[in-house]
Amino acid sequence: MSTIRLTVNGKPVSADVEDRTLLVHLLRDHLGLTGTHIGCDTSQCGACTVHIDGCAVKSCTVLVGQANGSNITTIEGIANGDELHPMQAAFRDNHGLQCGFCTPGMIMASIDIVHRHGSALTEDILRQELEGNICRCTGYHNIVKSVLNAAGRMTAAQAAE
Amino acid sequence: MGIEGIGTRALRKEDKRFITGKGRYVDDIRLHGMTYAAFVRSPYAHAKVTAIDTAPALEMPGVVAVLTGKELVDDKIGNLICGWMIHSRDGSPMKMGAWPAMAPEIVRFVGQAVAVVIAETRNQARDAAEAVVVTYEELPAVVDMREAVASGAPQLHPEAPGNVIFDWTLGDEVATDAAFKAAANVVSLDITNNRLAPNAIEPRAAIAEYDPAEEHFTLYTTSQNPHVARLVLSAFYNIAQEHKLRVIAPDVGGGFGSKIFIYPEEMVALWASKKTGRPVKWTADRTEAFLTDAHGRDHLSKAEMAFDKDNRITGLRVKTYANLGAYMSLFSSSVPTYLYATLLSGQYNIPAIFAEVISVYTNTAPVDAYRGAGRPEASYLVERLMETAARQLKVDPTELRRKNFITQFPHQTPVIMASDIGDFNASLDAAMKAIDYAGFPARKAKAESEGKLRGIGVSCYIEACGIAPSKAVGSLGAGVGLWESAEVRVNPVGTIEVLTGSHSHGQGHETSFAQVVAGRLGISIDQVQIVHGDTDKVQFGMGTYGSRSAAVGLSAIVKAMEKVEAKAKKIVAHQLEASENDIVIEEGQFKVAGTDKAIAFPMVALAAYTAHNLPDGMEPGLKESAFYDPSNFTFPAGSYICEVEVDAGTGKTTFINFVAADDFGRLINPMIVEGQVHGGLAQGIGQALLEHAVYDENGQLLTASFMDYAMPRAEDLPSFKIQHTMTECPGNPLGVKGCGEAGAIGASAAVINAITDAIGNNDLAMPASPDRVWHAIHG
Ligand code: FES
Ligand code: FES
Repeated sequence: MSTIRLTVNGKPVSADVEDRTLLVHLLRDHLGLTGTHIGCDTSQCGACTVHIDGCAVKSCTVLVGQANGSNITTIEGIANGDELHPMQAAFRDNHGLQCGFCTPGMIMASIDIVHRHGSALTEDILRQELEGNICRCTGYHNIVKSVLNAAGRMTAAQAAE
Repeated sequence: MGIEGIGTRALRKEDKRFITGKGRYVDDIRLHGMTYAAFVRSPYAHAKVTAIDTAPALEMPGVVAVLTGKELVDDKIGNLICGWMIHSRDGSPMKMGAWPAMAPEIVRFVGQAVAVVIAETRNQARDAAEAVVVTYEELPAVVDMREAVASGAPQLHPEAPGNVIFDWTLGDEVATDAAFKAAANVVSLDITNNRLAPNAIEPRAAIAEYDPAEEHFTLYTTSQNPHVARLVLSAFYNIAQEHKLRVIAPDVGGGFGSKIFIYPEEMVALWASKKTGRPVKWTADRTEAFLTDAHGRDHLSKAEMAFDKDNRITGLRVKTYANLGAYMSLFSSSVPTYLYATLLSGQYNIPAIFAEVISVYTNTAPVDAYRGAGRPEASYLVERLMETAARQLKVDPTELRRKNFITQFPHQTPVIMASDIGDFNASLDAAMKAIDYAGFPARKAKAESEGKLRGIGVSCYIEACGIAPSKAVGSLGAGVGLWESAEVRVNPVGTIEVLTGSHSHGQGHETSFAQVVAGRLGISIDQVQIVHGDTDKVQFGMGTYGSRSAAVGLSAIVKAMEKVEAKAKKIVAHQLEASENDIVIEEGQFKVAGTDKAIAFPMVALAAYTAHNLPDGMEPGLKESAFYDPSNFTFPAGSYICEVEVDAGTGKTTFINFVAADDFGRLINPMIVEGQVHGGLAQGIGQALLEHAVYDENGQLLTASFMDYAMPRAEDLPSFKIQHTMTECPGNPLGVKGCGEAGAIGASAAVINAITDAIGNNDLAMPASPDRVWHAIHG
């Protein structure tokens, strides 16, 4: 057992957990943040993607000990109150989801992709970058549309700042 | 205020909870005192269980119970069944072997459960499951269906000698043979339709809770049809009485058929919750999903088509071996029979068809319906054959198809189906135009000059969905009726709750169903709530599969709405002293036609509940229900054309363009319909290029994770061009067909036709991996 301290969605959290606990299980089972999903046991599907210190990471590959002291953002933490994150809004506006199970991971991965590529993001780059996230419902067509649309909104907002 | 009625691209109401992480899937639910189940699964494909020692596991921390297959059978929990009776050509019923939810004696596929551990935490349950000592005596296994039916093969079930479940035929053998004798040309092809894993991204999960005070069970489960689950669990599996079992299928993360069936794990969770007196949760990991979710497809066929001298089809003869795995899953027998062979006529006028289907047991996971269920197999066969014929007869593939299209409707095929309406030329025209078919030879020449192999492939699919009517499916062997139910509850202030027996696991019913209701009354979709997925709320329903939700489920809602509107009109007519025949509904108002007299809908609703001023003898309230049984299947159809480029050096296929032109009848929400097509195309293309569930000869699943099973990723797929053509379905009040499976039904043949066109070798099996394509080019 270890005591873990980290910040989740802006709030300090401490928990006593078994050393083998994965970050995704801490989020879901201990903190009740069930928006982060588990779709595989081989770190392939990306359903569990969260941000650790601003970078997209598959939370099923991270032992809580490794995340000790870091800043975690989950799907529950990206909206500004009632105002959706531009990526969330773009997924809704472009029908970028169906069953919604891959969606939190897709959104978290996509925000990071847009942050890294900014206005240089193209469809080809995006499709390559989404390699770690599997969606079985949408055929990716509308996910690609959503992310490119959000990229426009996010880079415009950045430019305005 | 704009009303988002039929035909509007309304944004989905359900999305808000999904994009904010507030969806509620089964694994998200936690009950007080909940325990966790982990199954002990067979590492052998075929073995005798000679002993199970649970003592070491029972000593592990947190373990509440370890239960075995023998205890389950001793408690008289019923065997899993197949609910669609098929008879062999000699009249004998299909040969079903016993399938207990956990094997007490013999295991027949890798991953079959023999025991379950119930513990305080998930990790404790998993640790203890590894400590259960099972002694197996390995038996010889058979995986290949041709070997399974050969003499001397290992025998799986005493009930099924030779491992043959049924040898079934459809059509007129004599007439078909005669057509082949008289044929000017015969085209034949051996076709493999490879085995797939459905892979909804949400793994299957179940939570069972037993309440001893009421002797009542609650089951949360990842189901496409919770009422069918309750029916089967109570009527056949002896788990609980129907009124003592509530089944809830909350948000479900994709189904694609794999969540239609009742699985051993749900049964065991229910049984274990009573035995332990604690709620029991089980969530599959991905490897368990690969090992135990019902797989799809897996056909081996020999197909022959006869043509007269004018290239008109005169006959089709098909012999198919269908692998059903180690046990017969809930609807498995219907897939290679009535859902497959009845579609072999395709979009064509074929006077004589004869199909023989031999279903076989092997030591592999059970096979059942997967997106399209039988129709993709039929469509792939027919469309590969048409393309092959065009090449052999040296005619343009689109011309050969046009020459043979059914153009007169209704059309009775020789294999049961009577297609009601369609315009196959219209969708082919739309697809050819969108891909610039005429310009292809020039593009091919240009690609060739750059050292690339370019090909174009066509696929003109038809499918039958909204399976019905109950009387017809009953006569074909179905154990259930295939109607749907609905209840429309208007609340006193005019908001509406619609209870439906359909189930949404990504299809967007909360929006498209609300659009229909809101559009009829001229109110906002936000005033309409769709309720589904809970047997305590909705009285009964058959659920969602086979693209039946719009054609059958929504039609039931329309029928209930008609009753609601009729009663509301009576109230208005009474209050405004007009004739009820003169009342019209416009923009949320109930008006007396041709006057300015009107009552707003919320006031009508309130009047129904205050009941101060209703017509004499009228019951208060505004709530109606309906059961709807359609008169026929619906027949979506379309043309898919794909253009690819193949790199001769690597065998890699790249999409240049993919066009889908579909006729789904009237569209309720075109945005949602297009999304459904995209997803289906991805699964059809996935099968054509990537996906394959592979067993080795000992029955070990070599593709039991996402590391080994090639799921289509964003990079593997193109952007799609979607076109709609429309013939209104005459069989239901909305004129709708179904759209959920079309992409998966039509896409694979288009892709393989395009690649074989590019490489000039027709001998190519799915999945057309770069390695396979390279060998097809270079030998
Ligand atoms: S659950 Fe983490 S990658 Fe699949
Ligand atoms: S929306 Fe269902 S898996 Fe992506």
